[in-house]
Amino acid sequence: MLLGPSLAVSAILFSIGVMGVLLRRNAIVILMCIELMLNAVNLTFVALSQQLGLDGQVFVFFVMTVAAAEAAVGLAIIIALYRHRDTVNLQRINLLRG
Amino acid sequence: MNPLAGTAADWVGLAILLPFAGFLANGALAFLKPKAKRTVSVIGVGSVVAAFVVAVAVFLAVRAAHPAVPYVQTFWSWIPVGDLSVNAGLQVDQLSVVMLLVVTGVSSLIHLFSVGYMHDDPGYARYFAYLNLFVAFMLVLVLGASFPVMFIGWEGVGLCSYLLIGFWFEEKEKADAGLKAFLVNRIGDVGFLIAMFLIFTHLGTLDFRETFARAPQGLAAGGGTVTAIALFLFMACVGKSAQIPLYVWLPDAMAGPTPVSALIHAATMVTAGVYLVARANILFAMAPVASAVVAGVGALTALFAATIGLKQWDIKKVLAYSTISQLGYMFVGVGVGAYASGMFHLVTHAFFKALLFLGAGSVIHVMHQAYHHTHRQADAQDMRNMGGLAAYMPWTARTMWVATLAIAGIPPLAGFFSKDGILGAAFARGQGQPFYLLVWLLGIVAAFLTAFYMGRLMLYTFHGPNRTGDLERPYLTEAPWVMTAPLIVLAALTIVGGALNLPHVETLRHWLEPLTAQSAAFVPDLALSGGVEIGLMVGAALIGIAGLWLAGRILKPEALLPPERAPQETGFAKLLLEKYRVDEFYRRFIIEPLVWFARVVLWKGVDAGLIDTAGVNGSAALARGLGWIGSRIESGQVGTYVVFFLIGAVAVLAALLK
Amino acid sequence: MIVFFWIVAGLAIGSAVLCITRRSPVASALWLVNTLFQLAAIYVLLDAHFIAAVQVLVYAGAIMVLFLFVIMLLNLGRGGPSDIKGPWGRVIAGVGALVLLGELLVLRNVTPPWSLQLPPGTVASAVAERGAVRVVAEPLFQGYVVPFEITSVLLLAAIVGAVVLAKRRL
Repeated sequence: MLLGPSLAVSAILFSIGVMGVLLRRNAIVILMCIELMLNAVNLTFVALSQQLGLDGQVFVFFVMTVAAAEAAVGLAIIIALYRHRDTVNLQRINLLRG
Repeated sequence: MNPLAGTAADWVGLAILLPFAGFLANGALAFLKPKAKRTVSVIGVGSVVAAFVVAVAVFLAVRAAHPAVPYVQTFWSWIPVGDLSVNAGLQVDQLSVVMLLVVTGVSSLIHLFSVGYMHDDPGYARYFAYLNLFVAFMLVLVLGASFPVMFIGWEGVGLCSYLLIGFWFEEKEKADAGLKAFLVNRIGDVGFLIAMFLIFTHLGTLDFRETFARAPQGLAAGGGTVTAIALFLFMACVGKSAQIPLYVWLPDAMAGPTPVSALIHAATMVTAGVYLVARANILFAMAPVASAVVAGVGALTALFAATIGLKQWDIKKVLAYSTISQLGYMFVGVGVGAYASGMFHLVTHAFFKALLFLGAGSVIHVMHQAYHHTHRQADAQDMRNMGGLAAYMPWTARTMWVATLAIAGIPPLAGFFSKDGILGAAFARGQGQPFYLLVWLLGIVAAFLTAFYMGRLMLYTFHGPNRTGDLERPYLTEAPWVMTAPLIVLAALTIVGGALNLPHVETLRHWLEPLTAQSAAFVPDLALSGGVEIGLMVGAALIGIAGLWLAGRILKPEALLPPERAPQETGFAKLLLEKYRVDEFYRRFIIEPLVWFARVVLWKGVDAGLIDTAGVNGSAALARGLGWIGSRIESGQVGTYVVFFLIGAVAVLAALLK
Repeated sequence: MIVFFWIVAGLAIGSAVLCITRRSPVASALWLVNTLFQLAAIYVLLDAHFIAAVQVLVYAGAIMVLFLFVIMLLNLGRGGPSDIKGPWGRVIAGVGALVLLGELLVLRNVTPPWSLQLPPGTVASAVAERGAVRVVAEPLFQGYVVPFEITSVLLLAAIVGAVVLAKRRL
């Protein structure tokens, strides 16, 4: 019963996350928006688990674990980057320009 | 089994190979030892004389065998493609043997004449090489057994004409004349090609024997197809044989050495068109509209060119327009259906026109030498510089008078019989179809004018007071015997040549009968009642005499002034002198628009604009642009890459949604 | 029940929007925390009680705290110029997000295969019967035990990586 609206909310949150990634220059804020996108997906899983079985919730468990690991490593990279370039503004970090 | 197999006719290919070998030898000499004049002369003249001997042998064989069908020798299979099978073959029959004799015989005399005429020219060896090549190609033309082989000869003589007209190519005018001849000829050649395509499409063959055998059943008589074929073939004739509107190259062709004019533009190459019509007589007979066009154009050209000849001062130009006019007569003959008469005039014209040109060549040669001695820069070809030369060049004068009487149609010379044969046939056909009466009338007027302008030429050149100049006069003498002897031979032929086709005896017509009999079903009978015939003959003779007499009465050679001091012509005379300004008309309305089109549209527009700018430079610019886009994409910015990421994801989703 | 859902959902969406538009990274982080809380509430409504608890404990409690640590460490708390992109960037972001949203909403209408669907109320009854934790733990340690172990290795790798990357001197 709540499936339809839940999926709609998930879609909206995912889109907001995408907009955030495209909109911001601060690396940390971008990471936060990515977390938002992951959460939207979690919501989808949980919503659908009501219809398709409890494996959905197990999956959410794994997603959260991986999100944690990824946030940790990502933030470590940002710290290293900040130490070298003195900024987290992604527009200034373009050494790979072709 | 053709009666000619196993006779001398088997060796007819030799007549082509001998002059061709002469070309190769003289060509090599032209590069390696251009000063070896004696060797060149022997090879050049000898090869053609040998070809003449072969021609006589073949003729005797044909005369003995009386073949009812042509004898075809196939050497190899040339174009075996799908349904088309064209062989490299030569055909020996009554018609081709006539041409064979004329070409080799007159060529021999002209080669001999050239030995004297070109003696002091540095390009001696080159000249004889080209002349031999021309004879070889001309023989391919007349001996070819199918349209494509004939076309090879057709094109080849066009090439040699270009080489020989522009022989003194260091002078731009002369080189241009050669080019003009070739290009105008090419226009006509398109007609030949289209006719070949049509013939193959409708009859499935290009072989002469096969084509003419299948034509009566394969094509509807008087129908569109056969008329189209005949008209396209005639288009080729218009180009090659200098009829209206493609005659403009022939007067310019006088820029070449005079023996070249004699051989190519009087006796042989230009007659190829007449030969073509005679060869394809069944096609023309089956297309009365086309035949009427042929006769009409011929008559019109005859009159038109004769009028221009009335006012020309250059002796060679008079003869050039005379040639155009006489060719018109020949086309009247074959257009009316009197194929033998047309061929008869071709033969007699070869004799007396070659004689006229060679005689003019002698005169020019002597005038040149005289001016050379006194270092005077004057035109050796302008009749206003001549006069009274009969006293200095008696033999030349006498032989040229023989030719003049012949061309004016005075009996019993050859020209009288041949011209009368044509006009008589036109008159006969005109009894049933009034159009041909008009043709006849034009021919009569042209005959009168012919006599007049030839009389004028003789009067101004050989009679009256001498205007050359006192310093030059001691050098005026008869031409060397090597030049005068051919003149005498040709004069003799002109005198007796009428015997070829005397009225009622009609040797030539009966000779050609195996080849023209097929057309008899389509052409009305051209016999005239005895009284009418005699009346016409007498009338023609009177007209010729009248023309000559009038020229003697009206024209005053004493009153002629040299070209530098001559007054400007006015009115109609001016129009005639400027040859009705046809060349100028062509230049303004055909050549200049084409050049404009080529320069502005095709060069600047298409080539520079489209291909260079859009194509070559454009593709380079495109590559550069794409590279620029590529370099901007690789910005090194994560944000940009994310955008592309998103675009990709959206696209994939969109695909999924479908 | 559904009213509650809409209130919570509305709060979640609202705080998400605020999260992405704040100038200060700290503010963004805090609004994200709020969003996560609202999501936990929605999980409860969807009978995923254990997941809701884990969400609060791990996501909002650990991960976001880590974010805040790093923000403070790099002294990005407040001040500094805005890091939101200019007009062109906003246009691209808006268009892109809207297109994506449209597609996703359309994708919603795809129904799962009938054979896989469970009768309604299965999860709720399972939770009522066996307890929320057990419902998740049983598949986790029975069917998915291998991914579970591998995940622990992943976490180990992440720890080592984070330590190495963030060191001042190797």
